[in-house]
Amino acid sequence: MSNILLFTEHLTMQFGGVVAVDDLNIKIPTGEITALIGPNGAGKTTAFNVITGGYQPTNGRVTFDGEVIAENCPRAKMKRIYNGSYKEPYTHTVVNKPDMITRLGMARTFQNIRLFKDLSVFENVLIAKHCHIKAGLLGATFRLNRAEEKEMAADAHDLLERVGLWESRNEKASSLPYGKQRRLEIARALATGPRLLLLDEPAAGMNPKETEELSQFIVEIKDSFALTIFLIEHHMNLVMDISDSIYVLDYGKTIAWGTPFEVQNNEAVIRAYLGVDEQ
Amino acid sequence: MNIKKRNTIYSLVAIALFLAFLYWLDANRLKQGMMISVLQKGAILALVAVAMNLLNGFTGLFSLGQAGFMSIGAYTTAILIIPVKSLDGVYYMNGVHPAIMSLRVMMAESPPFLQSLYPFIALLLGGIIAAVAALLVGLAVLRLKSDYLAIATLGLSEIVRAIFSSPQFDQITNGSYGLNKIPNFPSMLWGLIPSLVTPFIITGVCVAFIVLLINSSYGRAFKAIREDEIAAEAMGISLYKHKEMSFVISSFFSAIAGGMLAMYMRSIEAKTFSIMLTYDILLIVVIGGIGSITGSVVSAFLVTAAKEWWLRFFDRPLTLFGMEVPLFRTGFRMVIFSILLMIVVLIYRRGLFGTNEFSWDAVRRRLGRRGKEARS
Amino acid sequence: MSMSTILQHCLTGISLGGAYALIAIGYTLVYGILRLINFAHGEIFMMAGYFMIFSLASFPWPIAIVITVVVTTLMGVIIERVAYKPLREAPRMSIMISAIGVSFLLQNLSTYLFTAIPRGYPEIPFLKRIFRVGDVSASFVTILTPVLTIVLVMVLMGLINRTKTGMAMRAVSKDFETAKLMGININRIISVTFAIGSFLAAVGSILYFTDRMSVTPFSGTLPGLKCFVAAVFGGIGNIPGAVVGGFFIGIVETLLVALGYSTFSDAFTFLLLIVMLLVRPTGLFGEKTVEKV
Repeated sequence: MSNILLFTEHLTMQFGGVVAVDDLNIKIPTGEITALIGPNGAGKTTAFNVITGGYQPTNGRVTFDGEVIAENCPRAKMKRIYNGSYKEPYTHTVVNKPDMITRLGMARTFQNIRLFKDLSVFENVLIAKHCHIKAGLLGATFRLNRAEEKEMAADAHDLLERVGLWESRNEKASSLPYGKQRRLEIARALATGPRLLLLDEPAAGMNPKETEELSQFIVEIKDSFALTIFLIEHHMNLVMDISDSIYVLDYGKTIAWGTPFEVQNNEAVIRAYLGVDEQ
Repeated sequence: MNIKKRNTIYSLVAIALFLAFLYWLDANRLKQGMMISVLQKGAILALVAVAMNLLNGFTGLFSLGQAGFMSIGAYTTAILIIPVKSLDGVYYMNGVHPAIMSLRVMMAESPPFLQSLYPFIALLLGGIIAAVAALLVGLAVLRLKSDYLAIATLGLSEIVRAIFSSPQFDQITNGSYGLNKIPNFPSMLWGLIPSLVTPFIITGVCVAFIVLLINSSYGRAFKAIREDEIAAEAMGISLYKHKEMSFVISSFFSAIAGGMLAMYMRSIEAKTFSIMLTYDILLIVVIGGIGSITGSVVSAFLVTAAKEWWLRFFDRPLTLFGMEVPLFRTGFRMVIFSILLMIVVLIYRRGLFGTNEFSWDAVRRRLGRRGKEARS
Repeated sequence: MSMSTILQHCLTGISLGGAYALIAIGYTLVYGILRLINFAHGEIFMMAGYFMIFSLASFPWPIAIVITVVVTTLMGVIIERVAYKPLREAPRMSIMISAIGVSFLLQNLSTYLFTAIPRGYPEIPFLKRIFRVGDVSASFVTILTPVLTIVLVMVLMGLINRTKTGMAMRAVSKDFETAKLMGININRIISVTFAIGSFLAAVGSILYFTDRMSVTPFSGTLPGLKCFVAAVFGGIGNIPGAVVGGFFIGIVETLLVALGYSTFSDAFTFLLLIVMLLVRPTGLFGEKTVEKV
């Protein structure tokens, strides 16, 4: 029975009249690949955004590695804001901005690639190392932290070699072909040194061959970087291939969860989503 | 290492040549008045332009508050360096505030060694006050979207101007009469560096700091914020903290430039620091290339030279072949400038340097190409 | 202060507010459609002042008014075509810098053409006729301004809500891309928007300068900024909001000047802006928008 790295309790996200995420209760075991699937608009990216601190949840709690990182209860009488400290359930509001959460060990990629377009491939990855910098602004400016800078550059070099982008390191991120841009996004997220990596539709726009390569790649990095992976995807081959467990969302509600086999044979899922098997 | 060493030698030689030129100018002060004043003003504007570029071009924060921070620096510096015996004359309407007078008297009684440092301390103090103001203001405005940030900082600049010219603060700022009898630049190192050269040293040191900052990890974080805030945040960069850093540093150096402007102009008033001044700086930054420090520096000198010197002839009636050319009269050169700015904004959008910086390699490549053509 | 003085100041304030409201509408319309703060709008207002001075020198006042309004409207449309249209796909900062550039150009052009010395604004006789009720006296233009403002706003709202063009304008301000896909002629709609804004600015300028002595090349800067604040106050993109904002700022400003704090009346407006942006950035009547990641 592995450790649960991240779990949500009754996580709800409501925008005005629209309930985008309804009572989400997921458990992401350490070292495994968990997938979140569902038709478009089911609330998957919104769930990602809440978990990574982009939105404050309307209700519920998110716990990462034993620490409550987001919590909200509309009925709370006291509203005090802590940064990641845990008290009794649902009586306080806990708010963490995305940068805090990244520094706690969670990194994400974006559905529509959000690279630093005008900066070089190398700079994109190097920037992701900034969040753990120990030197202050003046220290860094006067180059008092040469050793640290060297280390960051070496790490970035390693990562780029690993994803096969070292040759393109001086090219502008926007000039890379699509597939390489996706790899750069992942490399950049890895550079923040996460324990949990959230991938939002990493295979979007890829053909079957590229998707197959990506599957292998995800498993590789999971093993070499000791990651836990949380994945949103529409390419069913990839999902069924590498996931250890799957959650299925439809209109914000969880309609099924389990192993790939269980989910594939679940009636509700077939009705709502999978339809004809396209393999 | 060889290339680095060679480039460093080039830079040192260039700096030495420039300094030699400045010393020559100093020896020929009387005849080279125009050149000196243009270069000095260029240096001052170069510093503000670089400061503005740091904020707008590198961090992507569209702030139009430069004039406000410059005025903070200018007034602080002026109040601290106007000679004590002239103070009553300057504040002739309502008298100078007693606290200021006593502070100045105390300063005048300190040892001469300290006294020679006071102008620099005044500049620094102006910068620090502006930095604190920026820190506080930033708490409020940095959360705003770019369009709103522009107007908010513009408004703040106007509020500062209103405060400095209001009759209520007459005894400190001399209200709408402004401050005059401000002494010129001090010399440095007991006369080794003449007063003429001082602004260049100050600008040089400040710009060097900004260059170092830009090329550090924090500078990269600023650029990330400019490129994509949401992605930057997702990569662990605290938006608020870094925006504040950029804002505070930009304001600090803008204020130092403001202080230098006070020393250059010898008299200042709140009107000097109107929105038009911020627009002037913006013009320099845009023409030089948003995102290029070299661009801002070069553009500052070019624009200042053009405005104050070369294009003066647009403002005077011109007669060609006995006929008066119609358009040439006062104000024409500013129209030319405005059109130039629009051309850069609409057509040559990257400005002179785009986002490139100066490099000796680029210079060598340029010269090499020409040399090859000449030989073939 | 006596009641009649207060009333007097209120009347002046409402009149000033009416002029501000007309100008604020221009900002709010343009921002609603292009998400652009038209920094040059204040200068359009200022140029209208100069156009009037020169038309009245050669033509009788009815014709002069028509000329001023038509030329100003044309100028607004031309500025959009030349300075903003090419930058529609460019990053936001570029188009704002362009707007600042236009503002800069117009100010320098006016200084060059008309010199910085204030030019006397001519009197349109019937507008300056004084009416008296008890202790309170006002010129016709003071009374006309708020009335005309309300009328024009009602006509404008009718246009927006009941005509095809108005519907197209609303569509474009809600979703630029989709409106294009639905076959709306974006260029025409944008030109119409700028035309309306400049038209109202011209009218506002006539009403505003009639009560002032003179025009300088810098007469548009502060009113321009203040009217933008008015638009933000009411909710940027919201026309009735801009009108309310305009009146509010006009009245408060007049009262502050009456109380002796004239230097701070300008500062007040900017303080209001900062407070609004912090406390309620969508303004009094604005709508909240959420950015999708």
